[in-house]
This record gives sequence, structure tokens and C-alpha cells, in this order.
Amino acid sequence: MTQRTRNWLLLAPAGLWFTLMLVVPLTVVLIFSFGERGAAGGYVPAFTLDQYANLPARWAAFKNTMTLAPLGTIAALLIAYPLAYFLAVRADPKWKTILLVLVIVPFWTSILIRSYAWIFILGGRGIPALLDWVGIEGVRLINTPFSVLIGIIYGYLPLMVFPIFVSLDRLDKRLLEASSDLGAKPWHTFMQITLPLSIPGVATGCLLVFILLMGEFLIPAILGGGKVFFVGNALVDLFLQSRNWAYGSAVAVTLVVIMLISVTAYMRFIHRLGATREDVSIM
Amino acid sequence: MSRDNTYISKQKLMEELRRYKNGSITRRHFLNVTGLGVATAALGAAMPGLRAGPAFAAGDIGDRVILATWPNYHDPANFEAFTEATGAHVQLNVFGSNEEMLAKLQAGGSGWDVFVPTNYTITTYVGEDLIEPLDTAMLPNYVSGNYEARFAEAGSVDGKLYAVPKDWGTTGYVVNTEHTDGVKMTSWKQFWDMTRDSFSGRTMVHDYQLTTIGNALKYFDYSFNSVDEAELAEAEKLLIDAKPHLFAISSDYQPSLRNGDAWMSMAWTGDGKQLNTDMPEMAYILGSEGGEIWSDYYAIPKGAPHRDAAYALINFLLDPEVNAREVLVHGYPTADSATNALLPAELLNDPILYPAQELLTALEFSAAVTLTDPNRAELMARFKSA
Repeated sequence: MTQRTRNWLLLAPAGLWFTLMLVVPLTVVLIFSFGERGAAGGYVPAFTLDQYANLPARWAAFKNTMTLAPLGTIAALLIAYPLAYFLAVRADPKWKTILLVLVIVPFWTSILIRSYAWIFILGGRGIPALLDWVGIEGVRLINTPFSVLIGIIYGYLPLMVFPIFVSLDRLDKRLLEASSDLGAKPWHTFMQITLPLSIPGVATGCLLVFILLMGEFLIPAILGGGKVFFVGNALVDLFLQSRNWAYGSAVAVTLVVIMLISVTAYMRFIHRLGATREDVSIM
Repeated sequence: MSRDNTYISKQKLMEELRRYKNGSITRRHFLNVTGLGVATAALGAAMPGLRAGPAFAAGDIGDRVILATWPNYHDPANFEAFTEATGAHVQLNVFGSNEEMLAKLQAGGSGWDVFVPTNYTITTYVGEDLIEPLDTAMLPNYVSGNYEARFAEAGSVDGKLYAVPKDWGTTGYVVNTEHTDGVKMTSWKQFWDMTRDSFSGRTMVHDYQLTTIGNALKYFDYSFNSVDEAELAEAEKLLIDAKPHLFAISSDYQPSLRNGDAWMSMAWTGDGKQLNTDMPEMAYILGSEGGEIWSDYYAIPKGAPHRDAAYALINFLLDPEVNAREVLVHGYPTADSATNALLPAELLNDPILYPAQELLTALEFSAAVTLTDPNRAELMARFKSA
């Protein structure tokens, strides 16, 4: 067996998977997006741009997704960074493993159950009752964009913590000592050394969280009470309620295109910050 | 005050958890009866005791049957009895709208053995070749003469029997009378006006185009079934106007009504009955303008993977004794006289299950066209994404 055949054989499983599970479905979706809805729902072959012309009817869903996904990503970053920093740099090594496990523990339970738990916490008998008790009355949290944001941050925080932790953990601590020996204040050291060297982790974390958030539908459905509508929710409705596969496909294609554009722009931006393509480990 | 507050023992929790793992109760039911906070706390302590359920001896009909149905619509104890008798355990899939059920069947490979369609959808299922005619020889407990005709006739299409009656009921709304300031609620007009006034942020509507649009149409005294574009446009205006005042758009309204977050919600008979039983301040109202009367059926989809088990389950649930236990738990009336003969008189005279005649006559059975009308479907989607 030549090296060449061996390479092909090794690549075959992944290639087959990639073709069957990604290329074929995406092609089907693209073809469907030019079709029409059947009389009882479903798909009828056609060639029309009607579905794309009707996209503005889902403007609110796109707007919600494109506001809350970046907002959720940034909020998760702001919370995750100090946590990852503490874990990687400050935490006592003998506690480190335990603390890291604690960050993963929530993943042992389904996100569905955990989001359900937030219904109780954010509902009238949860935090609002507590606020009421200390004299702040009439606060409503559940089924608002805010409660969806809370759910998003909560659900995706570990995904943000880990890449940042890894990049901070790999950081050569001698650089910090050198910086301090040369008279830099801690804040300077952080800005000049720690932060730039952790950019790959930040970039990976943000990308991971952002991509998943753009397709999110569970958290808005559970914590938004059906009122905070993401593109994901629009898609679920189009396929599972109104059975308009053609229009659903057009919305899906549009979402994919928006993701491609924003991820490309994002990669350019990160590149300019000095991280190389290889640094952002999921690309 | 409400059921979800009561203490649950560790042993009971483990029982519920095991039932949940077996699929005999839904995740929703599991959370409901256990109370999630308690569950989380007790789980840690109880974990070592967690063992897989007993292996069922495979009977003649296989080891499982998959039932697609509606929330709070069965007595879990009956499913356990079925499993004991046949060796097949019942897996539940719970749905909030007929559209969702149709979408799953249209997409193919639903894996269901039995499902519970509503009267107006059956002609579409037959037309799309998605359900199979029933073999009455395999349903000895189905005695067609025992059923009130208007709740059974939708099961036959062109003289062929495709579905047998489960329960019937109405679509009204539940209101927590502690918040109405003594105002007597009687109409859909009040429902929508209160929502946009003193009940702002406290009302729920179904995540279901049929009832949400239908009951908005009733505000203007139009037919619940209207597909007239001008009338639908008016309903849409009302819905969009009311949306900022809604607590949620969801067909799972019991938890929010029980914990006090929501004060009013569109509701079906059985949910009205269940809520009223546990919290007497919860009143079930039928709009004086009318609204929906419906009947649900058991049907078997084409290509059901456990066909024998499907027949066995339907036959079991149609047994009057079993059916009577179902009714006592879910609070929906049945049209089967043999079952009714076993039910206590107080239930048969219950005004929630059996509303006064003048309220009933105003109600309409839904029309098949509402299921497939693209304008109604798109209106609902616009309302949700607005």
C-alpha cells in the first residue's frame, strides 16, 4: 500500500462523515430554499426567490439573535476572564483541579433541566420575592430578554472559561517575574504581557460561544416564555409548526451566510490583534 | 395552596425518577411532582441507590410502545398497569399543538405507535396517507354504539374507521379570581381587554395557532375557524397589540398559574379542572361569544414500529375501568357511556367538564382548513416573532 492510498484510507471516515452530514444536508437546504410550501405543508419543488423576499417577516428574530448573541458573548467573557485568571494564575495548585472540576460539574446535567431551574429562580417566587422582601417591589425577571441573557451567560460560561484558562495556564510565568523585575507595575504587566498572550484563548472562547449562541433556541424558548424569539426559534416554528420547509430553508441559509460573514470579519479582527490563525484553536 | 409546594420524600422522589427514566412520565411531570430544588438537593444523597429499572420480560407485543400525546392527559398508574400486564412499557412524547404532530409525521420516521390527533386534523392525515385504517377486530373494547356520535364521527373518513375517541372538551380560559377585583369574567372580550389593562404581564396564550388566533377572532365575534383575510388581519392587530402585555406564549401554562407568575391563561377543560381542584380560586371560563369544542382520538400512524403493541395499548385505554381512572386524573370528559357509568355523579355534573347548554351551543368544532391554511400559520409566526 502506498503512502498515498494509506492517506486516503485514513481520511475516508472523516471525509464520508463530512460529506453525508454537512455537504449533502446543506445542499438540500439550499435547494429547498428556492422551492415552495406544499398545500398541507412540507416542500414542493420550484424555482422562486419568494422565500428570500419574505425574509423581512423574520426581522425581529434576526435582530434579537444579533443583539443577544454578541451581548451574551461579551458578558460571558467579562465574567469568565477573571475566573480563568484566578484559576490559572492565582489559585493554589493543590486546589486547581478541584476548582476546574467545579466549573465542569454543571455539564453533568442537561442544559434543559438547568434552564428549567432558572424558571424557579427568576420566577415570581425566586429573586423577585427576595427583592420584594428587602423593599424593592414589582420586579419581573422571567420571560424577559434579561432572563434570556442570564440563561445564556450561565449556560455558556464554562465554554468561555476553559480556552482562556488553557492559554493563561500555558503562559510562561518567568515573563511575569521578568516584567516585575524590570519595574513594571502589576497592571502594566497584565496589560503588556498577560492579556496579549491570552488573546488566543479569548478569541477561541468568544468564537465558540458566539457560534453556538447564533443557533440557540432552547434558552430563549424556556426563559423567554415564547416572547423572546431567536432565529433558532423561528426555524423550529417553521419546520415544526407551520411546516413551511421552503421558507425555513431560506431563513437557515441566511443565518449560515450571516455567520460566515461575521466569523470571517471576526477572524480578520483577531488577526490584527496579533494572534495567528493557528492560535485560534477551533478554526 | 398549590400542589407543587408539598414535601416529597426521598423514596417517592426515587420512584418518580425511576418512572421518568423509564419514560412512563414526562420530564415536565417529573419536575412538577418533585419540585426541582428539592430534587437537586435530594439527588446527591439518593444517587447511590439509583439502579436501572427491572428488566421487563419481552412479551408477545414487544417491550415498548411509543405514545405521542398532550400534556397532563393520562394517569401514569394506568401505564404501569399496562406494562405489568403486557411487558411493554409506554414511552411518552408530549406535544402542544396538532401542527407539531403533523410536522413530525410529515417529516417521516417519527417512531410513534399511537398518537392523539384532534377531530379536525384526521381528514388531513388520511389525505396525506399518514395514518392507517383501524382493524376493529383488534380493539374488542371499542364499542362504537357507546359513543355520542358528535364526538366519534370525525374518526371515520369515507366510511372507514381511522381513529377511536379518547376525550372531548372545550377551550376556554383559567383566571385566578383573587386578582379580578370581583369582576365576573364571562367573555373573550374581557380576556383580551383585561390582558391589556390590569392583567398586563400576567396573561398566557397557547403556543398554538388554532386557539390563539381563534380566540382572538372571537373578540370581534368572528368564527373561531375563520380564514377570511380581512378578519385574520383584525385578529393579528389585536394579537400584536396584546403581545407586550403577555406573560408568555406557551401551551404549558399550569406551572406559571400555580406559582402565581401568571393570573390568566387560555386553557383546556382538563387543565381547568386540575387547577380548580387544587386551587379553588382558579375559575374556568368559556367565552360567551363561543370558541372551540373538540374531541381527541387515538390513531395509529402508517409504519408504526410496534403495531401490535399500539393496538394493545389503545384497547387497554378504552377499557371502561381504565378509562374511568384516566378521567378521574386528567379531568376531561369522555363520550363513552360505559365509562361514564363508572364515574361518580359529582364529576358527571361538574360545570367545568359539562358546561351549561347555552355556553356549549355557542362553541364550534374546528374546521380542517385551519390546520393547513398558510395565512393562519404565518400569522402566528409573525405574532411570535414580533
